[in-house]
Amino acid sequence: MKVAFTTSGTTLDAPMDPRFGRAQGFIVYDTENDTFEAVDNRQVLNSAHGAGIQATEAIVRQGAGCVVTGHCGPNAHRALTAAGIRIYSTEAPTVAEALEAYRAGALDTLNSADVDGHWS
Amino acid sequence: MIVSVASGKGGTGKTTVSVNLARTIGSGVQLLDCDVEEPNAHLFLRGNETGSDVVTIPIPEVDESLCDGCGECSRLCRYHAIVSFGSTPLVFPDLCHGCGGCALVCPHGAIRETGKRIGVVETRDADGITLIQGRLDIGVAMAPPLIRAVKARLKTGTTAILDAPPGTSCPVIATVRGSDFVVLVTEPTPFGLHDLRLAVDMIRELSIPFGVVVNRMGAGDDRVHRFCRGEDIPILLEILDDRRIAEAYSRGELVVDALPDHASHFATLLWNIREETRNTGGQAEG
Repeated sequence: MKVAFTTSGTTLDAPMDPRFGRAQGFIVYDTENDTFEAVDNRQVLNSAHGAGIQATEAIVRQGAGCVVTGHCGPNAHRALTAAGIRIYSTEAPTVAEALEAYRAGALDTLNSADVDGHWS
Repeated sequence: MIVSVASGKGGTGKTTVSVNLARTIGSGVQLLDCDVEEPNAHLFLRGNETGSDVVTIPIPEVDESLCDGCGECSRLCRYHAIVSFGSTPLVFPDLCHGCGGCALVCPHGAIRETGKRIGVVETRDADGITLIQGRLDIGVAMAPPLIRAVKARLKTGTTAILDAPPGTSCPVIATVRGSDFVVLVTEPTPFGLHDLRLAVDMIRELSIPFGVVVNRMGAGDDRVHRFCRGEDIPILLEILDDRRIAEAYSRGELVVDALPDHASHFATLLWNIREETRNTGGQAEG
């Protein structure tokens, strides 16, 4: 399973970015072989509208089955759900700690959007 | 002749200039309030409402029985308003610009367009002035289609004044495009000049003849004048920073009605606009 974490960095000790659509980037972690890849989201971050939808498209392209983030707006939630991607929420400060919580099954599922659009 | 009244900065006096110019021209003139997010010309030109029409934009509706999830629509839409993840696409109406491209590229004819209401166009008659205003529904972000619906009521052969929204973005372009002349209203302050420069760049890009009205003369300095002189931009009118104008405004009164000593200024402005359009080859009938 590939898991996408929203982050402002490119390594596992990088801080989590609590935003989904307007996150700086993603770390897509493959739990089967313990490798990861950093994905830049800055182009989407600067778009006027539809950031959550474009970020979802990027996640789908990466083949991730779930997303670990801080918050998720209405358009992003609808798009992720339609794409069959599970959404987990965490307040973990770093990607490594969020990954640990994911492995321990300690993350809450976001069943609905928890912020308005254009939240930042 | 179509004259747009625009500005970079908000609150410089676009509506004051628009409504007083319309009154100066008098019976038969059309005044189009294109500031559809907060139309306010009606506060100064009351009168009877003569019509109200709902405006919609076309948004896609997908027939799931015909869709095979090919994603052609999703690849075409640059606004990400229709998105497919290998199944029936999702539609995000708030992001849709109503271009109809998704329905055109769908190889299965699975997309048809339905109307989504964005606002109304209201018409009223105020002592011979036809006021046409757009009023965008609350929560709608898409102003240009409503502005185009307002402008679709333009009559040829008469003079029309278009009160534009502030700024230099899409709603302003949608308003001023096709005008014979643009009046840029500013104030003699650093902020006024900063945004005037942006507005001048925008109007030059559109190749429309224009001139400047300096409002609240005396409140700032001469930087706007120096800029206009250096750029060879005509100053069409200077309006003094007179507290009585603000008081008349606060009561919803026209300057030309409430303050007769200022009335001749707007006649001068009209004359200057006609002179400028004559010089630049515009059509100055009406």
